[in-house]
Amino acid sequence: MKILVPVKRVVDYNVKVRVRSDGSGVDIANVKMSMNPFDEIAVEEAVRLKEAGVATEVVAVSCGLAQCQETLRAAMAIGADRGTLVESDTELQPLAVAKLLKAVCDKEQPQMVICGKQAIDDDANQTGQMLAALMNWPQATFASKVALADGVTTVTREIDGGLETLEIRLPAVVTTDLRLNEPRYATLPNIMKAKKKPLDILKPEELGVDVRPRLTTLKVTEPPQRSAGERVADVAQLVDKLKNVAKVI
Amino acid sequence: MSILVIAEHDNQTLKGSTLITIAAAVAIGGDIDVLVAGHDCTAAVEACAKVAGVSRVKVADAPHYAAQGAENLAALVVAQAAGYTHVLSPATTFGKNFMPRVAALLDVAQISDIVAVQAPDTFVRPIYAGNALATVRSEDAVKVITVRTTAFEAAAEGGPAPVETVEAAADLGLARLVRRELTKSERPELAGARIIVSGGRGLGSGENYHAQLEPLADVLGAALGASRAAVDAGYVPNDYQVGQTGKIVAPELYVAIGISGAIQHLAGMKDSKVIVAINKDPEAPIFQVADYGLVADLFQAVPELTSALR
Repeated sequence: MKILVPVKRVVDYNVKVRVRSDGSGVDIANVKMSMNPFDEIAVEEAVRLKEAGVATEVVAVSCGLAQCQETLRAAMAIGADRGTLVESDTELQPLAVAKLLKAVCDKEQPQMVICGKQAIDDDANQTGQMLAALMNWPQATFASKVALADGVTTVTREIDGGLETLEIRLPAVVTTDLRLNEPRYATLPNIMKAKKKPLDILKPEELGVDVRPRLTTLKVTEPPQRSAGERVADVAQLVDKLKNVAKVI
Repeated sequence: MSILVIAEHDNQTLKGSTLITIAAAVAIGGDIDVLVAGHDCTAAVEACAKVAGVSRVKVADAPHYAAQGAENLAALVVAQAAGYTHVLSPATTFGKNFMPRVAALLDVAQISDIVAVQAPDTFVRPIYAGNALATVRSEDAVKVITVRTTAFEAAAEGGPAPVETVEAAADLGLARLVRRELTKSERPELAGARIIVSGGRGLGSGENYHAQLEPLADVLGAALGASRAAVDAGYVPNDYQVGQTGKIVAPELYVAIGISGAIQHLAGMKDSKVIVAINKDPEAPIFQVADYGLVADLFQAVPELTSALR
C-alpha cells in the first residue's frame, strides 16, 4: 500500500508573527520556517504504518516555493521514501492545493493520503476534505487513531462532544489531530540519508491545474489586544471583585 | 441574496451553533433557508422553524443522514445549493468536516471561521492562531463559509417558518459510523457556557482535577474545560480542551486554574468577557490577559474560593 503525505512549509510554531504596519500581511522575512506540525504527525503516522508492514511506500508531496524542498527533506528524514515538489510562486490557496494533490494522486495512485488537519498559518482546515471530495473518496478528519486490519480501515476521530469511530473504504483521506502520535526527532544519519532520496519537481502547468487564488486578502490587522488587569491579594478580594465590580457572579 | 444554512443538530435538539450561524446569515442579509439533514429529526426541524430570521426550513430525512457523515451530507448540500449565493455552517467539528467538500464540489473557495461580515462578499477571519485578522474578499459565485461560534450573538426565537421536505440524495456508502462515545455530563456544554472553570498542568493529576474543579464548577453552574497540557497528560478527555486546536470559547467568566497560558490556549479563550487566573507562578503568561490574577497555591485557593461562593 502506498501512502501519500502532503507537507506544508509554514512559519515555525515558536515564532510570534508580526503584522506588517501597512496591513499587507504578516512579516515572514527572515523568520524560521518549518514543517506544519500537523503534517509532521501525518508523516510519522505513515512511516509507522510502513514500519508495521502495512504500507510499502511513503511519498511526501509539497506545493509552493523552491524552498519547500527543505520541508520534503525533513519528511524524508522522518522516513518518507521520496518527495515530490509542485513548484509555484503563486499564493496557493487550499482549493488550488487540493487540485494539485488530486493530479499527483491520479499519477501515483496511493491507497491513502494522510495530511495535517490544518496549517498553522492560514488555519483553513480545508485541504484534506477538498482532496477527498475531488477524488470522490471517503474521509476521516481529526484522527486520533488509525487502525488497518483484515482489509478494514478504522479511524477514531476527535469531535466536539467526544470521540467517533468510522470504518472507511480505501482509498481515503485521513487528517491528523494532535493526539494521533508524537513525531520522532530525525537523527543525523537519517538527515544525511534523506539528502540522497529521490525528489521530483513538477509545475502546476504540467499537471494542468489552474492555481489562481479565489480569495483576495484586502488587509491584515492586529487583533484587539487584551491588557493585563489587576492582581488580587486573596480569595476574599477576588470574590468581591467578581460580585461587585465585574458583576459576573 | 439568498443564504442556505446547514443546521447542526443531533436529530432531537438543534445545537446553539446553528443559532449563531443563522445570526451570521442575518448579518450578510437576504432570505435565509435552513437545511436540516438527519433521520427521525422532527424535533430538530420544529426547533429550527422557531428561529427568528428563517424564511424556510428544508428537511432531508433518510437513514444515511442520521450520523451526518461528510460524504453524504456534502453531496446533499451540493444538490440543494442551486440558486443560493451563500452556504453557511458553524466552524465546529461538524461544519469543518463536510463544508470543504461542498466548496470543492462547487469549485469555489471556502472562507473558514469568519468572525465578522463586512459586506456580502467580504469577511474577517483569524489567521496564525488569532495573532492576526485577515479581511478577505471572495469573487466566487457561491460563498461557502464557516462561522466562528463565539463571534455572533445567537438568533432569537421567532417564526414559525414553513417547513418543506426535499429529496434525499443517494447513499454513497463510502464510510460507516461504528460508534460515538460522547462525554456525558450534567454540566453546561463548553461551547455555549456562561461560566467556564478550566484546569491545567498545575493540577498534577486527573484525580486532583476532579477533586478541585468539580465542586467549584458546581457552585458556579459552570462548564469544565482544560488546557492542552492537561488533556495530553490524560487528566480529562480531548473534548475538554480549550485552545486553538480544541474549542474556541468566549464565556462571561473564564476561571483558569493552574494554567500557564501558552499562546495556543490563549487563542481559544482570550475573547472571554472576564478572565480570572489562579497560578502560583507570578510570571505565568496567563496573568497578561487576566482581569483578575491571584498568585496562590491552587490547592488552597480553589477550596477557599468554592466555600466563599457556597
